Amino acid sequence: MVKISKTTFYDELVRYRSFYKEMEKEKDRITPSHIKAVIQKSYLSPWDYFVLLSEKAEPYLEDMAQKARRLTIQNFGKVILLYTPLYLANYCVNQCSYCGFNVKNKIERTKLTLEEVEREAKLISSTEMRHILILTGESRIHTPVSYIRDCVRVLRKYFTSISIEVYPMETEEYAELIKEGVDGLTIYQEVYDEEVYDRVHIAGPKKNFRYRLEAPERACDAGMRFVNIGALLGLGDDWRFEAFFTGLHAYYLQNKYPDSEIGVGLPRLRPHIGAPFKPKPLVSDKNLVQILVATRLFLPRAGISITTRESEWLRNNLLPLGVTRMSAGSVTAVGGRAVEEKTPGQFEIADERSVREVHEYLLKRGYQPVYKDWQAIV
Amino acid sequence: MKDVLKIGGQELESRLFIGTGKFPDNRLIPKVIEASETQVVTMAVRRVDLTSKEENLLNYIQNVILLPNTSGARNAGEAIRIARLAKAMGCGNWIKIEVIPDNKYLLPDNEETIKATQVLADEGFVVLPYMHPDLVAAKKLVKAGAAAVMPLGAPIGSNRGLKTKEIIKIMIAEIEVPVIVDAGLGRPSHAAEAMEMGADAVLVNTAIATADDPVKMAEAFKWGVRAGRMAYLSGMGAESEFARASSPLTGFLRN
Repeated sequence: MVKISKTTFYDELVRYRSFYKEMEKEKDRITPSHIKAVIQKSYLSPWDYFVLLSEKAEPYLEDMAQKARRLTIQNFGKVILLYTPLYLANYCVNQCSYCGFNVKNKIERTKLTLEEVEREAKLISSTEMRHILILTGESRIHTPVSYIRDCVRVLRKYFTSISIEVYPMETEEYAELIKEGVDGLTIYQEVYDEEVYDRVHIAGPKKNFRYRLEAPERACDAGMRFVNIGALLGLGDDWRFEAFFTGLHAYYLQNKYPDSEIGVGLPRLRPHIGAPFKPKPLVSDKNLVQILVATRLFLPRAGISITTRESEWLRNNLLPLGVTRMSAGSVTAVGGRAVEEKTPGQFEIADERSVREVHEYLLKRGYQPVYKDWQAIV
Repeated sequence: MKDVLKIGGQELESRLFIGTGKFPDNRLIPKVIEASETQVVTMAVRRVDLTSKEENLLNYIQNVILLPNTSGARNAGEAIRIARLAKAMGCGNWIKIEVIPDNKYLLPDNEETIKATQVLADEGFVVLPYMHPDLVAAKKLVKAGAAAVMPLGAPIGSNRGLKTKEIIKIMIAEIEVPVIVDAGLGRPSHAAEAMEMGADAVLVNTAIATADDPVKMAEAFKWGVRAGRMAYLSGMGAESEFARASSPLTGFLRN
């Protein structure tokens, strides 16, 4: 059923941008007892979330981590949902300064044929994987909705849950793909600071900040079951601002669409082919931990994913701090498993363990690897 | 006379139902079933993978009545489809209806649950609906054909105990089908309390699955449920709000 929304998160963002400035002025008045009180609360407000993300909360990371662990086990259990990405194509019409698929990058462009999609699907599903995330570069010309739909028709024979990470779409287009068996959407805003957004998206349809920002709402209006959002940490000038608005966005979506499951991804910028983009404010491991645990406390029911962008060592250490989903056995080049890798990946993978290795590691740490957590019922 | 719980034509000696979500390892489930002596085990249809040898949850649930649940259903239509899927998968004809359109607090939708109960009971399912405690809704569920009702004690996974006690008490007094307290029971004493009140059974998942030693906790819940039931059957003394005064105020009436 297609629902129509009147106000959107963009209105909320504009409102909270000025609120954020006010909060910034107040931040020196945050006291240790205030932080401790927030950690004890059951239901947190956006201001509480701001407090947990503040520099002053850094000495309380351990307390926050303990609570984050408890909340995660209570809400999700000792389980981690595994999924894997499949890149269908790398054609892109955008010029984004931080991405390997940038249209200006002179790399070979390709897309999988349906026969190749099937070969990849067979191989991936033999590793027990039942949740797949399909990705393309952003090109409606080379990878139109009809191409994605055709791929989904092949993939649904092998997977019980199919998510897409492609260009933002219209509500009707999301509805069409849902009808075919898509149940999840991942769309990262990349950066919530509108000025930086304009700067790093040099050319292409992706320059439209608002159209991308409102995509999760269009997907929810179309009845999307799982919606995963996030900022590419390291793009914005201030990671605290980016983390705050990511959390606020998820909070807004949870309240507006209680029947969709809202998740948050915490990707950090990775090295990639093409013009090297140097993240200005380096988001340190410590910063990432603070974002992770603050997000868990603010959004106890949100799924949180950590991808193979992060190293094996860090992913292992982040495991008990609020993570509920992990990618495994990832390849960021088009095809790359059954179909020979002809093109460079979107970014470099840091955790190269196989699905089986991640599986064994999780069990050893007292976490059950879950491969199937949804059954398409369309 | 043997104390049995009758549901859907089955006679159950155990009044502890258990859930299979949230365990750190599925291989614990058979041990938990054994330690708890449960006879009814619920599992999410969404998690069952019949195509997988190693990851098929059903392999770990043996010699008990399967109670597939419709976790993930957002409305009656989805719950009905998931229930039919469970039957097609060979999970028997018992179904626990969960219709949860609220992912933030995981609270159920009684209205949609009633609709799904009506359809599935008519199709011959033994329907056990999970519900927000509400006498009127419970009566409608019974009328729709529910084999039992499963009011929540507190929000799922919260371990907070019997927060909805007063309403559940009324339901136990008024509803003719078994009342099974589901969700929120965090300790064996919570389960005992529900059973002392006269609940017919309890369903426990999070408290067992997330304990450091789930098998031992399963056994603890077994004893908690038995103690509570035994106390209920033996007719507990009524609670008194005040100590009995040694100089009664109405003593003069005896003169």
